[in-house]
Amino acid sequence: MATDRAPAVSPPGIPRWLQPLLPPLTALLIAAVVGDLLILTFGQSPREVFRLLIEGTWGNAYGLGQVLYKATTLICTGLAVALGIRAGMFNIGAEGQLALGGFAAAAIGLLLPAGTPALVAIPVCVAAACAGGSAGAAVPGVLKARFGASEVIVTIMMNFIIAALLNWAVATQLNVAESLHTPEIHAGAVPRLAAVSALFSGSAANFTILFALGAAVFTGWWLFRTRAGYELRAAGLQPDAAEYGGIRVGSVWLRTMLLSGALAGLGGVNYVLGYKQYYEEGFAAGAGYLGIAVALVGRNHPAGVVISALLFATLSQGALAVNALVPKQMVDVLTAIVIIAVATAVPEVERLLRAVRGKTA
Amino acid sequence: MTLAIRATGIRKVFGDVVANRNASLEVRTGEIHAVVGENGAGKSTLMRMIAGMYAPDAGTLEVGGRTVTGWSTREAIAAGVGMVHQHFMLVPTLTVAENLVLGQEPVRGVQFDRAGAEEAVRALGERTGLRVDPSRLVSDLSVGELQRVEILKVLFRGARILVLDEPTAVLSPPEVQDLWRVLRTLVADGGTVVVITHKLDEVVEISQSITVMRAGETVGHMQTAEATPSSIARMMVGREVKLALEETGEGRQEMVDGGWQMADARGGSATAHSALRLTQLTVASARRADEVAGVSIELRPGEIFGIAGVEGNGQTELIEAIAGLRPVSSGSIHLGSHDITRWSVRQRADAGLSHIPEDRHRRGLVLDYSIADDLILGVQHGFTRGIVLDKERIISNAGERIAQFDVRPGAPDAPARSLSGGNQQKVVIARELRGREFSVLLAVQPTRGVDVGAIEFIHQQLRAARDAGKAVLLVSADLVEVLALSDRVAVMYGGKLVVTLPADKASAEVLGPWMTGAGGTSGH
Amino acid sequence: MRKLFTVLGVLVALHLILLLVEPAGASKVATGEGVDVGIVFDVGGRGDKSFNDGAFIGAERAQRELGARVRFIEPGEGSDREAGLRLLAAEGMDLVIGVGFIFTDDLALLAREYPNVKFAGVDYAVALDSAGNAIQPPSNLVALKFREEQGSFLVGALAALVGKSKKLGFVGGMDIPLIHKFEAGYRAGATAVCPDCTVIAQYAGATPEAFKNPGRGQELALSQYQQGVNVIFHASGSTGLGVFEAARRQRRLAIGVDADQYSEAPGYILTSMVKGVDQAVYGAIEDVRAQRFEGGIRQLGLAEEGVNFIDDANNRSLIPDSVRTRIEALRQDIIAGKIVVPATR
Repeated sequence: MATDRAPAVSPPGIPRWLQPLLPPLTALLIAAVVGDLLILTFGQSPREVFRLLIEGTWGNAYGLGQVLYKATTLICTGLAVALGIRAGMFNIGAEGQLALGGFAAAAIGLLLPAGTPALVAIPVCVAAACAGGSAGAAVPGVLKARFGASEVIVTIMMNFIIAALLNWAVATQLNVAESLHTPEIHAGAVPRLAAVSALFSGSAANFTILFALGAAVFTGWWLFRTRAGYELRAAGLQPDAAEYGGIRVGSVWLRTMLLSGALAGLGGVNYVLGYKQYYEEGFAAGAGYLGIAVALVGRNHPAGVVISALLFATLSQGALAVNALVPKQMVDVLTAIVIIAVATAVPEVERLLRAVRGKTA
Repeated sequence: MTLAIRATGIRKVFGDVVANRNASLEVRTGEIHAVVGENGAGKSTLMRMIAGMYAPDAGTLEVGGRTVTGWSTREAIAAGVGMVHQHFMLVPTLTVAENLVLGQEPVRGVQFDRAGAEEAVRALGERTGLRVDPSRLVSDLSVGELQRVEILKVLFRGARILVLDEPTAVLSPPEVQDLWRVLRTLVADGGTVVVITHKLDEVVEISQSITVMRAGETVGHMQTAEATPSSIARMMVGREVKLALEETGEGRQEMVDGGWQMADARGGSATAHSALRLTQLTVASARRADEVAGVSIELRPGEIFGIAGVEGNGQTELIEAIAGLRPVSSGSIHLGSHDITRWSVRQRADAGLSHIPEDRHRRGLVLDYSIADDLILGVQHGFTRGIVLDKERIISNAGERIAQFDVRPGAPDAPARSLSGGNQQKVVIARELRGREFSVLLAVQPTRGVDVGAIEFIHQQLRAARDAGKAVLLVSADLVEVLALSDRVAVMYGGKLVVTLPADKASAEVLGPWMTGAGGTSGH
Repeated sequence: MRKLFTVLGVLVALHLILLLVEPAGASKVATGEGVDVGIVFDVGGRGDKSFNDGAFIGAERAQRELGARVRFIEPGEGSDREAGLRLLAAEGMDLVIGVGFIFTDDLALLAREYPNVKFAGVDYAVALDSAGNAIQPPSNLVALKFREEQGSFLVGALAALVGKSKKLGFVGGMDIPLIHKFEAGYRAGATAVCPDCTVIAQYAGATPEAFKNPGRGQELALSQYQQGVNVIFHASGSTGLGVFEAARRQRRLAIGVDADQYSEAPGYILTSMVKGVDQAVYGAIEDVRAQRFEGGIRQLGLAEEGVNFIDDANNRSLIPDSVRTRIEALRQDIIAGKIVVPATR
């Protein structure tokens, strides 16, 4: 072997622990500076806006609860998208799968008799949510595995089909007058955090976050520890090599799609079982699509997805807090800037860090 | 004599890898200059800096006496420096002419002037001897034709200094001869050619002077007239090496002179049953229904059966069908006593079929996987505890293979992508030869793009497998390799095995005509 | 290395400098005397040229004329509706308004949690108990409801008088009681001035999609015009855009709903039946300021300017003076209680 590997010393002056944090930090700094400028164009003080943003989110238990609540759904949809990408598929259908999962949880919650013990009702409803999400993903999964149909197009179409079906079901089968939601479920409600600590009183945060974190741990284990994960990643990185390695790529795609749908569907538990106790038309409200950004910023790693879900949830809740000073659209723009900054600055900084390591050899 | 290219003290670092540390190069105007060295010696990197693709971290670069250190590809092209890459960079859905004029399309009014473009390309082809029909789609071309188009593309942009990165790696012997003719024409015309290669016979045949690189450094420079393949090889590797044919008992001088006769073919252990039996196998490709048209082979344990032939005559489809990667239209495949015609890839592999695939970048390795993970590709189901992968065994397996096959650098957690081509191939071979039980080995282009030291090693491994009673089906576009290793040799042409000979009856002279489809006339 | 540190340093410095900038006009969160009002719009509601924008106009007027300090919140998703209301309530606003029936559950919940804050729900959905009686909202919550049937009555009479045919058309969105109110008032108004007139009433569908289906709207309208109808009243969201398109093609008339829709098909819009959301919001703020706020269900009809029809420079020429006089007389009769408009079919 001819080329030498330079010894992997850390660049002088940068502690080792800081190195993995530098790229995202740089991206966030860029977003912060652009955010400052945006705020100034609205004639407001950046300091005041950022103060309100922090205060309204991590500054008190209620705000934190809201962040956790929003992050819960985003963790689920982010994991769904990330898992798909790991297998080489772009699941844009998390939006529809999320809605279907929520609806399935509500439908089963309505079917169960009132007074079903939570220990039975919650697992049954959660399983229903996952199954619902999987069902929504099954169509693109089968079409991709059997006929090679582009999952991008099929999942987008499924989003429309699922929305139309659920609207019909809510309007004609399960409607409550002058509302867009189903009746309240009889059993299966997931307790709120407020039930444990009064600090969280009023916030929508509930114990679904434990399911979401569990799902993140499971996804990491599945991807990086199991044989199925080994085959899934191989199929995603190099389908031809996977096929050579005896992996049936089509069935890996189908299985991954079903699992991805189940993760997205789990997100429906957060609203339906944890917050409102009913399915409401449009509750997903873009959380499925935002999952794509969560996965991108989280670099398709479960731990990254959890962190980036918290970041996007903070921005979303912060948007309310600063709404008095700047229009909500400003925070939407800021969210977009975070996505762009992470997508562009992170690889760039990583390249710089590598170059630094190389030169000190 | 003026210098076309002069590079001194070049240094280039990529991340953790030092690609060039003190590289230098002097190429005279009007010569064919060979740059040789093992894979990863930094040849390609140096050439890419000359073509303006990278800027060096240190050192100076002069072209035609002008200092051009760190110039851009655009500037390089404007100054007449063009590079033909190892991997073709053509748009398959466009025609030859369209590919050539891409970026500087001739127009009539606002319309693309197709006829004008085709005429210009045809004229250039006539002048240089690089004849390709300009109206054909690139996706329909053979590998040799593709390369001609690549060279045409560079010449079309006015290149006077032509850099070719391993141009013969994918060519059949007649195509190689064609290429040499073209290069000689270019040089006679006042052009300058730099060829990267590690086939030493080629170096001796084509070049006037030689630069040898090792470990990112230039270690020697000599006139070809004063060099021998073994002196070059010694300089490349830094020690004595056995060249491929020495094992046959014949001197390398014969090889250089084109003497292809080999030592006696092994008598093939005359066991009753066959290891692999193909019966009237027909396989379709996207282009035609009979890409493989009724091939029958009976492979005995303890023999190497070599298939020679120009690429694109159905070899790829034949091997993929045997491995289970491509459906069989008719005929059958027996592995030992099993009819495996409809079995899955995994079932076949588990039943004792090992496979060194044609393209290690596409099939043989997941490039972003660690070496340890790539060493279990295809046998991953043997490295589990329940549904979880057994990390400990994967690492200890990797340690063993890396040591056995001297993969460098030997960190099991380094990505396969970071290895040189030769070491990547070692990973594949380590897995397929030692990482599993097998009775039949499919070895396709096992030494393509691999350096001299590794070729020697890989050939030893294939012979060792044969001697241990395995049946080896070897497919190679390199006739020298097929002849050097095989006990029986067949030529594949137009989807059929047009001739099969015991090794002692086979030679380049005998097989050459069969490879071009003209074999029937010589009476075999 | 140095490059990376330089970039990071510059970014940190820039951010710190920008944080120190204090623009002259920067506002702080309002506190102090006067009425503090918070309004939460629906998700994606601002810019709808209807409900949400109406609330905004009413609040702006209150700012101007009553010196109210108003904070607006635009939610980003479903759970933000409750969060927005809660944020405003927790800040001690005097009045918190949710715009749209979708706020019903959230308002009821928060009104109980914050008994000292006053709440108003525009189009608040009043639930019925098992006996069919309205369930009263909490005492610190006012449900701002509109008597759509009264406005519909007037445009029904107008359609019958201007249309000069014995047939009138109605296109509803989703087939639900809320929209039946429009149909019932319209039918009553038409027959009040033309007893032998008939109304052809059709609905675009049974799901919320029926409010977003212009194609279906056009189809229904064309068939009604072909049956001899000269004027069609729609209560069907953006499905109505198809009704206007049909009117334009058939050179007949249509009546808009919720907001002034004249500009959708100038010359073919006879009038629009509008809800006075701005008036309702302004009125609620005024009540709080004058300390006469009362919880409960507040029905806003013609008398309260809660509903009306458009009669301005654009469409004046379409309405003969004699007809106008007749309609105004009907308005007075309704206000005086001489005519009672039915709200159900």
